This record gives sequence, C-alpha cells and structure tokens, in this order.
Amino acid sequence: MQPQLMMSSSFSVLRVGISFVMMCIFYMSAVDSLPELSPQKFFSTLQPGKTTLAYFCQADFPSTSVFLEELNEADKPLQDYGISVTKVNCVTEETSRYCGSEKNLMKAYLFRGHILLREFPTDTLFDVDAIVAHVLFALLFNEVKYITTLGDLQNTENALKGKANIAFSYVRAIGTPEHRAVMEAAFVYGTTYQFVLTTEIALLQSIGTEDIEYAHLYFFHCKPVLDLTQQCRRTLMEQSLTTLNIHRFIKTMEAPLLTEVAEDPQQVSTVHLQLGLPLVFIVSQQATYEADRTTAEWVAWRLLGKAGVLLLLRDSLEVDFPQNANVVFRRAEEGVPVEFLVLNNIDLIVSRVESNMHIEEMHEDEDNDIEGPDMDIQDDEVAETVYRDRKRQLPLELTVELTEETFNATVTASDSIVLFYAGWQAVSMAFLQSYIDVAIKLKGTSTMLLTRVNCADWSHVCAKQNVTEFPVVKMYKEGENPVSYAGMLGTEDLLKFIQLNRISCPVNITSVQEAEEYLSGKLHKDLVSYSSVSVLGLFSPTMTTAKEEFTEAGNYLKGCVITGIYSEEDVLTLSNKYAVTLPALLLARHKEGKIESISLANVHAQEIVQIITNASLEIFPEITVENLPTYLRLQKPLLILFSDGSINPQHKKAILTLLKEKHLDSLTPCWLNLKNTPVGRGILQAYFDTLPPLPLLAVVNLHSGGQVFAFPSDQAITEQNLLLWLKKLEAGLESHIKILPAQKWKPPLPAYDFLSMMDAATSQHPTRKVPECIKETDVQENDKEQPEDKSEIRNERTGTLRTKHWKRSNWFEEAKKQFRHDNKEL
Amino acid sequence: MGLSAAALLWGLPGLLLIIALHPAFSPCPAQASVPAHRDYCVLGAGPAGLQMAYFLQRAGRDYAVFERAPGPGSFFTRYPRHRKLISINKRYTGKANAEFNLRHDWNSLLSHDPRLLFRHYSNAYFPDAGDMVRYLGDFADRLGLHVLYNTTIAHVTLNKDQRAWNGHYFILTDQKGQAYQCSVLLVATGLSVPNQVDFPGSEYVDGYESVSVDPKDFVGQNVLILGRGNSAFETAENILGVTNFIHMLSRSRVRLSWATHYVGDLRAINNGLLDTYQLKSLDGLLESDLTDLAIVKDHEGKFHVTLKFFLEEGDRSADAVPLPQDDNDNFALRVAYDRVIRCLGWSFDFSIFSKSLRLSAGGELSKKYPLVKASYESKGSRGLFVLGTASHSVDYRKSAGGFIHGFRYTVRAVHRLLEQRHHGVTWPSTEHPITQLASAIIRRVNEASGLYQMFSVLADVVLLGENATAFEYLEEFPMQALAQLETITGRRARHGLFVINMEYGRNFSGPDKDVFFYDRSVGHTEDAWLSNFLHPVIYYYRHLPTEQEVRFRPAGWPLPRPTAIHHIVEDFLTDWTAPVGHILPLRRFLENCLDTDLRSFYAESCFLFALTRQKLPPFCQQGYLRTQGLVGTESLRQHGVESGLLWDYATVGRGDSGQQPGDHGPGQHPLAPGPPVSPFDSNKEEL
Repeated sequence: MQPQLMMSSSFSVLRVGISFVMMCIFYMSAVDSLPELSPQKFFSTLQPGKTTLAYFCQADFPSTSVFLEELNEADKPLQDYGISVTKVNCVTEETSRYCGSEKNLMKAYLFRGHILLREFPTDTLFDVDAIVAHVLFALLFNEVKYITTLGDLQNTENALKGKANIAFSYVRAIGTPEHRAVMEAAFVYGTTYQFVLTTEIALLQSIGTEDIEYAHLYFFHCKPVLDLTQQCRRTLMEQSLTTLNIHRFIKTMEAPLLTEVAEDPQQVSTVHLQLGLPLVFIVSQQATYEADRTTAEWVAWRLLGKAGVLLLLRDSLEVDFPQNANVVFRRAEEGVPVEFLVLNNIDLIVSRVESNMHIEEMHEDEDNDIEGPDMDIQDDEVAETVYRDRKRQLPLELTVELTEETFNATVTASDSIVLFYAGWQAVSMAFLQSYIDVAIKLKGTSTMLLTRVNCADWSHVCAKQNVTEFPVVKMYKEGENPVSYAGMLGTEDLLKFIQLNRISCPVNITSVQEAEEYLSGKLHKDLVSYSSVSVLGLFSPTMTTAKEEFTEAGNYLKGCVITGIYSEEDVLTLSNKYAVTLPALLLARHKEGKIESISLANVHAQEIVQIITNASLEIFPEITVENLPTYLRLQKPLLILFSDGSINPQHKKAILTLLKEKHLDSLTPCWLNLKNTPVGRGILQAYFDTLPPLPLLAVVNLHSGGQVFAFPSDQAITEQNLLLWLKKLEAGLESHIKILPAQKWKPPLPAYDFLSMMDAATSQHPTRKVPECIKETDVQENDKEQPEDKSEIRNERTGTLRTKHWKRSNWFEEAKKQFRHDNKEL
Repeated sequence: MGLSAAALLWGLPGLLLIIALHPAFSPCPAQASVPAHRDYCVLGAGPAGLQMAYFLQRAGRDYAVFERAPGPGSFFTRYPRHRKLISINKRYTGKANAEFNLRHDWNSLLSHDPRLLFRHYSNAYFPDAGDMVRYLGDFADRLGLHVLYNTTIAHVTLNKDQRAWNGHYFILTDQKGQAYQCSVLLVATGLSVPNQVDFPGSEYVDGYESVSVDPKDFVGQNVLILGRGNSAFETAENILGVTNFIHMLSRSRVRLSWATHYVGDLRAINNGLLDTYQLKSLDGLLESDLTDLAIVKDHEGKFHVTLKFFLEEGDRSADAVPLPQDDNDNFALRVAYDRVIRCLGWSFDFSIFSKSLRLSAGGELSKKYPLVKASYESKGSRGLFVLGTASHSVDYRKSAGGFIHGFRYTVRAVHRLLEQRHHGVTWPSTEHPITQLASAIIRRVNEASGLYQMFSVLADVVLLGENATAFEYLEEFPMQALAQLETITGRRARHGLFVINMEYGRNFSGPDKDVFFYDRSVGHTEDAWLSNFLHPVIYYYRHLPTEQEVRFRPAGWPLPRPTAIHHIVEDFLTDWTAPVGHILPLRRFLENCLDTDLRSFYAESCFLFALTRQKLPPFCQQGYLRTQGLVGTESLRQHGVESGLLWDYATVGRGDSGQQPGDHGPGQHPLAPGPPVSPFDSNKEEL
C-alpha cells in the first residue's frame, strides 16, 4: 500500500478522492493472492524453464482494475498448469522497458525463464477464459496446430496417417470458453494426439458440417490408416465443448472399439461406465461369431463416443438370460438392472442408445412439456419442398390458364397440352414447375399451346375431362381423341412427348428416297434426338389388315417413338435391300447407325407395340433415374458398372463382348455415371457402407432375394475375369456383400389417436374427477408392464406415450373448462 | 310400347304438345278401368318433385309428375305470406368452384345447366318467393320435365301383383277418376296441412295462411301470436312497428338457429321481436301448453286468454267466464287482445293414402312427417319413397333434409338407389390408386356441397380394394343405411372402408348453448377432436358395420364405433388444404389405418429405393415404376436438401461417409421406412 499512497499525494486535491477509491478497489481485489513485485525483483525471481505471466502496470490507471480481477482469477487455473502469475509495479523509481510508456501500459508478458515468449495487449485477455486460452495457446505452439485452409488440414492428415490420431476443432474465436477447453485438453493430450485448431467457418463447411453456429470437435482416426489414399475416419463429438466433455470424449476414443467378454453383463466394467456412458452388448454365438463381430464393429463405430460396445460370447456364459435376446443394454447408473432386448437392425440399437440419452435430457427439464416424435413435422419430401418454395413467383403467364368458359373454345381452336392440377396438391404443384420449365424451353417455338386448369377452381371442367386425380397431362389435337401423357412427370420427358407429337405418327412415307432419309434420320433431323429409334413399317399396298394393326401401334406409341409407314408399289426395293419378307419392320438406331429388320407376319397391334418397345431398349444402357423403370420391367438382375464419369472403353468392350457371346442373357447389363446420376453414391453407400474406389461392378438381384454381389476390386474388369466371376456367381460360389432390406413401408409416425382421447373424455365424467385421475395413471402403469417380447415396439413408442400422456392432461383441462362453463350456465 | 316410345321423346320440349295429346294421359273416363302405367310416379311438382324428375329424365326413365296446381311450386305462390324467403342466395363467394358455391346457394336445384342457378333469378340475399316460383317454372320448362299439372291425386292404393318390381303397384286416382299404375311411388307433396290446435275459442283465431299481411290492419292493436317458429316471428316482424305490443305464446322455448345449427329454427333475420322483448319494449314471449288454453270473446269483441278447465266448470257466456287473473292478479296474459294469430306450421297430408300403404306418422318429435327409413323408403311399403320436405323425419332438427339445399342431395341419393335396384346401374364411383386417397378426401371436404349441407346425413364412402392398393370413392351415401351399403350401391365392401362425414362438435349445438363462448375454436391439430364448428370427420371400419351396430351405436354418435377416427381440425375459412395443419395429420391417420407409408417421393428417391430395397413405398410403385415418377426441378431439390429430407448426393462420400450431418447410418436415406410404429389395431390392445 505504501507506494500507492505516495503516488496519490502527488496528485491534485480533486484527484485525491478518486484515487482513494481506486486504492480501496486495488486493495480488495489485488491484495489476496497476486504477488506484486518491482521489475528488478521480478526478473530476479525468474527461474529457467519456469513459465510466468507478468503484468506490468502503473496502478493509478483506472481501467486496469477489471483486468486485474480477471487475472487474479486466472491465477489458480494457470498455476495448475505450472504457470505463475505476477503483477509488476512500475511505479517505483526503477524503470524497465516492459513498463514502457502510457501506450503500452496495457500489456502482459509471458516468459519462460528469462526468455520472452509472447506479449499480450490486455484487451485480448478480456476474461479468465481468454487469459488461460491465450497463455496455453502460446505455450502449446507445437502441440496445437492452427490452420486456415482445407489444404493445411489435408496435409496434416496425410502426414499423420499411420502415425497418430488428430483432434480437430473449430472454435468461433480465439479466447472463447470453447477455445480454452480445447487448449486445456491439448495441455493434457497434446503429446498423444495432434491437435488442430481453426476459426475458419469455411473449413468446417468444407468437411460437411451444417451447423456452423457452434464449436465442433472431430476425432480423426488416422493412426490405423495405412493406405495413404484412404481417408481417416472421423467421429464428431456431439456434446458441447467443455473441458470435461472433451476429456470424456477423448477417453472413449482411446478405449478399445470393441471388447469381447464372456461374463455376466452386470459385472463387466469398462471406462465407459466410469464416464457415465451406457454399455451395449451384442450377443454372439460360436456359430455366428464372424457375422456378429462385424455387426458389433459396425455398431461400435456408430456409437463411438456415446456408448461402450462389447461382444458378449454367449456359449461360454453361465448367466441365464432370455433365449431370443440379441442385445443387452446396461445403463451407466448404478443399480439399474440390465435390459435384454431383441433388436433386429443396427439402427434400432443406435436409436435405442440415442433415445435413452434423449430421455435423460428430457428428465432434466420435465416441466417444459417436451413431446415425443413430432407428428406435425412434415416428412413428405414433395409436400415440404413445394411448401418451402411457395413464395417464389413462377412465370405462370407462359401458359394459358383455362376456365370453365374458355376450356372448350381453346382446346378446339388449337392443338393444346393441358395440365390438370390442384393448387393445394403438392405433387401437382411440384410438376407445375417442370411444366413451366417446358413452357420456357418452348417459348415461341412450338405450335402446341401450353395450358393449365386448376381443378381446385374448375372441378367441373376436370370432371368432364374425366380427370379425378392430379396431376394429369392431356394433349388435344384437332380431329383426334385427347391423349393422356403417361411419361415421367419431368421437363425432359414431357418436352420429348411434345416434340415427337409435332409429327403425326405413323408418318406416311411416299418414296424410297424419302424412306432412306427417314431411316437415316435426315427426314426428322430435329426430332431424332428425342426418339432412340425410328421405326418404319413396310407393307405391300394390299396388306390392309397388317397396315391397320401397325397404324394402331404407331398411334399408341405417339410421343414415345417415331414411326413411319411405307406401302407403295415399289416397296420390294426396300424389303430386298434389307432382306426381309413383307410385312416387316425396319428399326433404325440412330446413335449406333444400325438398321435392324423384323418380320411382322400375323402380328397384332399390341404385340407390335411390345416389339417396338423392347427394340428401343439399349443393350448396355447408361442407367438413369428416368430410364430405370423401363429396364426393371425385364425382371432380370442388374449388372451395374458404377463409373465416376464416362465409362472406360475397355470395360465397355469387355461387357459388349460378353453380351455378344450371350453370356449376359440372364442379366440386364447397364452402367451408371455418377456425374449424371449422383444418387448413385447413395446406392454405393448402401452396398458398401463407404464409397469404394470406382469403377466398380455389381450384380443386384432386385427381383428375387435382393442379394448384391461385388466384382472383386483387385481384379481388372476384363472379359475373362468377368466371365469367370459370373460363372462362379451362377454356381453359387460367390458370397453376397449385402442383402437389400425387405422391410415393408410402414407408417413413418403414429397418428393422433382421437378415438382413445374421446373415450377417455367420456369416461372422465367431471363429477368423478379425482378417481379418474388415478385411473389414468393406472393405464400408464399398465403400459409399462407389458411382456418382454413387446419391448421393441414399446421402446420405439416411449416418446409417443409421453406425448399422449401430455395430451391427456391437456384434454382433461379442456374437460374441466367445459365443466366450469356448464356450471356457470346452471 | 307406345308409352315408352313417347317417354324417350320427352327430352325434347318441342314435343310436349304431342305427349299431352297422347291418349294414355287424356283423362277419358272410358279408359279409367285401364290404368296408365308409369315406372316412376312423382307426387308434387315442388322443388323435390322437380329435382327427382330431373334425375329420372337424365337417366331416361319412364316417369310422370302429378301436380294439382297449374304450375310448379304452388306452395311458394302462397308462402311465405310475407314473401321473403329465408334461404340464402349468396351470389359471391370469391371462388370459381361451382360445386363449392353450391354450399352457399340454398335455393338452386341440381342440374347440368349453369343458367338454372338461382343467382340468375334474384339479387336479394333473402329472395322473394315469387322468384322461386319463376325459377321452378323455368326449371321444369327448360329441362322439359314431364309434369301433369291440374291433376289432383285424390287417392293412392296398393295393388298386389307378382310381376311388379316390388310385388305391388301403386294405383293413383285423380280428381277425374283417371287411374295411374306406378311401379315406384315418389311422394314429394311437402307439408300442406296447417297445424291447428283444438281449444275452446280457437274459432276466433286467425291462421297464418289467411291472416292479413297489411300492417295497417294491426295499427294500435294488442296482438297475441301462437307459435314460435319462423312463420310466427315473420308475422310479428311485419307488424312490430304498428301494434301496441305483441305477445307470443308457445309450448317450448325459442330455438335460435345460430345456436342449434338447424336452419329450421328461428333465423336471425326474423328475430326482431326478441330484441324488443329483451329491451323492454312491451313485446313478450311466454311458454305454455296451447292445448290447455281457451280464448273467450268479451262484449267489446276483445279476446281474453283463460284455461280450458275454467270453461268446463261454469257456463260459457263470454263475460262470466272465470279468468286466471281472478285468482292470480298478476297473470301475464291478463290483457285483452284485439287479435290472436296462429302460426303453428304444417303437417304432411296423410289423407290421400290408403291404409294398405301403411304410411304412418313419424315418432313423437316428428309427428308431422311420414315415417321413413334412412334410405327414404317408407317403412310400410316397399317402392314408396318420401322426398323433399316431407322426408325430414330422417334429420328433423339436425340437418337440412327438410329444405331445398338439403333435399336436392337426398333426392339424388334416392335416385342412385333406384338406378341400382331396378336398372343394375351401380352407385357412381371413381377408382384410384391408394396414393391418391388423402387427395381424394381433401378434394371432397373442400368442395363437396352435399356433404356440407347434409352434414351427418349424407357421407362419402371409400371402399378399399384388396391389400389396400386401390380404392373406390362413393359420394353422398345416406350414412344411416351404411349396413345396407352393398345392396344399395351394388358395390363390395370386403376390405374395409372409410366414411367421410362433416360434423359440428358433440356438445356445441343446442337451444340453450352459448355458441360464442371464449375459446370455442380449436387450432391445434392434436385437439382436432374437440373442434366445435362444422369440420370433416373420418371413420375407419375394418368391416362394414351391421344393422345392429348402426342401430345400437353409442349415444350422440352418427355412426357405430369405428376402428379409428380422425378429425380434421375446424377451419375458420372452411379451407382444409393446409399442408401441415390438415393434410399431414390426415395422411398419418390413413397410413396408420392401412399400415403403410403414403408419402410422396421424387423420382430420384424412388430410384434409390428401387436399387437399395426389395420393396418400394406405394407412391414409387404406382408412379415411378410405371414410368410416371415425379422428377422435380432444381429449386425444389435445393429446398429438399435444405430441409434435410433430400440428400445432396453430389457431396456424399466426398468427405467421410460416416459423418454426414443428420446421417443415421451409411446408405440410409433420411426418408427410408422408419422404425415400426404400431398401427391402430395394436393400439387397441394397449388401451
């Protein structure tokens, strides 16, 4: 206190009072722990290797007080890390360069021994967290790598593959409590794991995190990665970034992924229980050990950081437990009995653990009326996307809106396409957008009038056109019956339909020369791109029945395939040229420049349609979202070559050769370009769990059994290898990598059970309020005492029951209200 | 043969003359012994008779309408006495949907001709009765309906005959003795007999049917009106301003239609007297049983109210009769009246029907109506149907079956029944894939006028196909006849059904109810079952209910207890198209009844499912797999990705596969079938 008193005496009278108050503050805050030294004294106490944070201050400067308080508070935690904190008073006659002038009054310095490590402007050390974070950050310069770009991250990752794991964290800013938590963790674990830190949101986004509002910590499992091209597996820490959570998380990362045990689940103890995490035992038997272990590993990865996963070897187990149970669940809480469950897929196990966590959270804020699964959340992708898009203005004016008054006049006056839709129906509103896109593409080029009728307004118009569901597209052409469009509800296919309908099929070809132009694609140059084949029926002029059948087929295929008919006297020139007997079909494949011929003797229209439809299928198509249904109709297993980009010509050749040699007759060979059909990634992920290297060949047996077989990735896709593999497959020597789930599509969520709410309301007669309340609780109790085999369903429904319970009390309130109201009336 | 040939020509108005001259119809006494035959005879060319004639005509049936007056709608030439109809003629709704607009058009009959809408006949919200007469005349003329005017059917009997459709013919005899033989008799004679109460002095009472409508005749008078219906209040309204006061006497308390939601109760447009009574302006309402009443006339010609049993005691000389005020000097009706007016409504005229028809009056509450089944067929004789106002016993004081805007639909239902019964034409229906179910229901509850007007009487029925992959949709079926659905419609209900009804809240309506109580409206979907205002209710039955189940249904329920029930929450705008508030809960209900997933999916999702699952959701099966998948546009895709319902596959696997946000497992689509949810059957076991 002495120096301060002396100081104040040198100030004016007015100032005395103020500094006196200041002194008191200083007295109270600073005096209890922080050692105060003069510069000289300070430097003499510095020991080699010992870290010190020193604050050089001139005590009469008022704003330092708050900082000093924070510094004082930081003293204790910093001491835990072996860092001492000192306040150095520059007020004595001694001078030091650290004392500096007015300007750098606000600085603190970090020394190791006598060496200055860092200087901190005091405004960066705004609170305890910031002080600790900054100091540790400075000290752990090597242990915690600060990066700003994705390249940095990848370099670090690559450098550590096979060597060490990474703890990668994103914090919003340096000096935040999260930053401090990370630094404190790094202080402990920094030598074991490489810590990587960033404050760049872009970096976090680039690794695919959506929720960038918060700090994140990922654990990169790089140590087990031996193949440098492979990525390190990542586990996201889902809890908030606190020192304790990080500690717990890292501990679980250190724990073995999967432990095998053969003892009573009640007795087993692992680090997870100590950390307050539940244990999941996957029950295994000798016979199924391999598969069980795979499953368990799977589960373990999914539950990493959330629960401990163990493989329980049942055969050598002496404890008695239910025959059919395949999963044992043990909560972390002491004394809670283990639960034996029957859970038939991994998701159920995972959701079991997660819902358990959820319930725990719910217990915490019981009062807040937390509901179970929210039935009011839209889970229909079409409805949701249309709803989200509702405010966008579509250029509807590109199509003509028809009404009861204008409908007939319009569709009879010009060739028209009519979209029948309903403003409230999501699917038809989604399609309306594609329809408008068609209108944009055709703007000013088409003779076809694009129109629409909103059946929500003009229900009579729609009913008269036999439209009772939505959406429906019909084409009205003069002198013809309206044709319903039966293709994909999308821009491309509808555009194709409209374009191909510009000509009236079958086209009447009048000369051999014209026929040749037709077959070469020159006649309808602008249309051949829409039709994979052009079909020409050849008839001698007298074959009237055959011609009629063909014309009918051509009519039926309108908008899908270009058809033409030739039946002039000189038809023999053509039939001779293409070596067919009349009546016949010529099929020009424009893409391949090939012309095939098919005889048509005694074939009916329906069969002709079939022949043409089949012929327009490609032998080795690129499968797309749009064309898959056409190929699925063949009911054969698919042989799919997944390719990232266009297909390797070698591979294509191999498959085409096999095709030609009739080795692939029992399959539908096709290939999938991930560039054109990105959803292919989703398929690969379903088959392989992680994206395998491409290209890749798989046989998918969709129609019987659902097995997926993968061509070994270590073999080159050659004719021989492929043939050998297919033979083995046929002989049943290959084992599948996956069986596609055969699950039925059940209701995604329960519905409100109004019937029981109504029942409850009637049984809840107001005069018997109290006993009924008890009865309600009884019902709940009964629900809980269901037999074990129902546990699966019940567990899934926990949330629902809670919801219902809440609802019940809600209507109960309603009923009471009603009652009060009745009373009033009486 | 000649007759049916003529019948085919009736459609052409130009030929009416020929028909009129046809011998079968000429009232020639020589032919009286050979009754003219008609498949369908309609009694009465009022709105209901004409409505039925319209449907018979459109179906090309052999029919005739008999009308005693020289033109259609004779009731309206006289009533209401003060000429103002209380049926709403709402010409604007802001909507183009013609079916929806019929919800607010209480006067038009159903036809295919948009010119025959009542709004073209009157601009008044409460139109003049003369316009109704003109409208009905046009309706009959324009549509060329075959009506025999000036033909009073004096007697109806039954003639057993094995060859007849129903085992008997109805023999109608007109005022000239001409007989008509009918296979089916459709009685649309309305209520034509004014109700009278027989009490001493009732001869002094003016009837509503003949009382003066000129207010001048009531200047400075004390008036007593007997009755408390719309005719009573209408009469009071007319003279309210010129009388000294009006007292109104009836047995029951006043029933306000806005409290009972029954259009036959007192409408606000007529309730001026309530206002003046409650605002102490000398007018008043009293309750007493009219049968105990007596009216005596004093020497000044004024009327005194007394009780019947006072008269029985002493002599009947006017001034000596004891009056209640002799003992009880504050008796309410102690003043002398200048006029007593009776406005007690009308009853069905049973007099022309022979006993053999066994056409009897309805129960205690609806004595004025003949007793009919839910299908509007008489309980006494098969083939006799009661239509129009006279058929109101089915929904008396409940729905609108006694009024044009209600019975135009019940007439159509009867016609559909007849088409199936006698001509093998099944009840019209549309068939759809199951994915259209929610849409089909939403469409109807938003526009259907029959469901809306005839709430809780006519209901739509969805008949499920095998495995619930498709359904048939039947409109406006008389719901009380649900057990007989298969015979009435000719359609099979073997795999479960939904019934779509419109209902007010259970305890909302009633003469004593406060319909404006605070918190009366429900907004939350989970409270939809507490909705008070008219809202759609959907019943699910796994099997068609039996007659027993319908008859012994729980009190207050319009239908037997269903397997599950859904209420679509009431809507202020009666617009039930909100995606989350209305459609989503309905979809969940349907899904849980059918134990399937009824969501819609884009083609890309279906593609993924097709290659990664053995089974596809119905939407993909019925759309995508038939090359009718919904492709969607880029902007919709973006929304899908943002909402988390769709994946951005372009980025899948670019990072580490296991850590996609919101990922619930590699390869698992966010929309893939969820964890099993027990459908309603298992719920039942629990509860």
